[in-house]
Amino acid sequence: MTGLLISARAVVRRFGDLLAVDHADIEVRAGEIVGLLGANGAGKTTLIRLLLGLLRPDEGAVLLFGEAPSRETRRRLGYVPQGLGLWDDLTVAENLSFSARAFGVPAAADVLGADAELRAAADRPVHDLPLGLRRRLAFAAALAHGPEVLVLDEPTSGVDPLARARLWDTMHAAVDAGCGALVTTHYMDETQQCDRVVVMADGRVVAAGSPSDISAGHRAVRVRTADWPAAFAVLDEAGQAVALVGRDLRVPDGDVVRVQALLDAHHIAAQTSDVPATFEEVFVELTHSVSARRRGVEAVGA
Amino acid sequence: MTPSAGSVWGVHDLTVRYGHRLALDGVSLRVPSRQVTAVVGGDGSGKSTLLRTLAGAVRPVSGSVDRPLARRIGYVSATSGVYTDLTVDENIIFVARAYGLHEGLPARIAALLERAGLSSARGRLAGKLSGGMRQKLAFVLAVLAEPELLILDEPTTGVDPVSRSEIWRLIADAAARGAAIALATTYLDEAERAAQVLVLDRGRALLAGPPDEVAAALPGALCDLPPAQVTADLAPLSWRNGSMRRVWVPGGALPTGAAAVQPRLADAVIVACLQAEVSASASAGSAA
Repeated sequence: MTGLLISARAVVRRFGDLLAVDHADIEVRAGEIVGLLGANGAGKTTLIRLLLGLLRPDEGAVLLFGEAPSRETRRRLGYVPQGLGLWDDLTVAENLSFSARAFGVPAAADVLGADAELRAAADRPVHDLPLGLRRRLAFAAALAHGPEVLVLDEPTSGVDPLARARLWDTMHAAVDAGCGALVTTHYMDETQQCDRVVVMADGRVVAAGSPSDISAGHRAVRVRTADWPAAFAVLDEAGQAVALVGRDLRVPDGDVVRVQALLDAHHIAAQTSDVPATFEEVFVELTHSVSARRRGVEAVGA
Repeated sequence: MTPSAGSVWGVHDLTVRYGHRLALDGVSLRVPSRQVTAVVGGDGSGKSTLLRTLAGAVRPVSGSVDRPLARRIGYVSATSGVYTDLTVDENIIFVARAYGLHEGLPARIAALLERAGLSSARGRLAGKLSGGMRQKLAFVLAVLAEPELLILDEPTTGVDPVSRSEIWRLIADAAARGAAIALATTYLDEAERAAQVLVLDRGRALLAGPPDEVAAALPGALCDLPPAQVTADLAPLSWRNGSMRRVWVPGGALPTGAAAVQPRLADAVIVACLQAEVSASASAGSAA
């Protein structure tokens, strides 16, 4: 199929008794950014390592550019791991020429690229750079050989909003030029940068599609009250998954009648309304319920 | 409930230097009880310095700091200390003894661990916990003695969304019990959950106020345009937002046909940082 860069079908990977990836499906096509979301331990990093060919699946098939992952497919791929994979004691220019050589980019190529700030820092060792610039350098190193697909593990973690916007600019520019990208993030507002997202929990894909498709139909109860601490205590005590947002409270997947009744019973004046759930609320609900179900099964089995 | 009802902690006109480097330049922050006050900024913005000065760990060059006694302050950072060769329970007992806590302790510990999702991990070595679980344990240790001022320096950086929502429930619970909470974060969706936000850039206050008011006060106007329609004059003040580019028009006169976008806190911060960058490079140019 044209444009299909990464495809995994019913992939299974075990570590001893642990089922790290459980019949997961994922696809990345040219010209799209796919967000891979999940709690720690959900199987994201194992799935990425399977896709990169760093691990072999126990069952199922992984195809990169239509073939099994190999040294050849690795050349066509740009990868930025969570730890960035830079040489801290080498300079910016040395890091870039090292990765360019490793990928067989001709020595004459201008590895420093168009980033003026990175150029200005060409002779500085990486450990002297602020985090935002280190991340840009890792991007530049991963992009220097003109990869067809980018795999980025938490590429924006810890950087300020403007630097984050610029990293997303870089990712979009690569994708507009025909690349495909698979990006993990813990920050749900970044899903708006993605064409599609895939949500994992306990090794499985529990939801896939656009963020708005996934959150469609999910609701939350918003509580407005002059005394939020009292309302919080009452709802929390009653086992409601209540959250503080500014001076409002929100109860994801809550029942507005029940929430109002609880507050009335404690004489707390409050205005409750049924509102659409945020993607983050839906995400927590999805991954939580899967994990809880799984734990329930284990408890019964034990 | 020990914390007094209406305490306001904070810093006023604070200046901090590390050698020749100006880390904070005349920054003020009010941290009232029963609410979350967020400090936002990137690497090197000064937010950790601000929180460390508030905690009493850094001596300012000038300015004043209001804080409770050290034993009434709880502090959690992104790389917070838990004793990795002690179990979860042993960590808690160690801290409880250090504070001389006795009364109602078992019930409080059980409730905190339940809320933190750590109930089933009480016998586990802290060093064997996942990053998110370790952060939650650090939080539990910091709130055990019901501090009046709770200082959280990027408590959720690198923490997954499920653990993050549990940490936020712990934060809300501490605020509901009367604590004043100062929290640093690089993430604006998180800052939007605070009652007040202070945005720092290179040691200076860029923006301050309730998150929705800060967003609404964005000067000029915003719109989303398809990338192909972003002309050269608009491009430097634009950034990608999904399939569109978000464009900031300082004068407010949007290109024909473009609909104004309601700004969020993230937009206001990006715009303020862009402005700060432009004026910094202008003054660097005139100095040269």
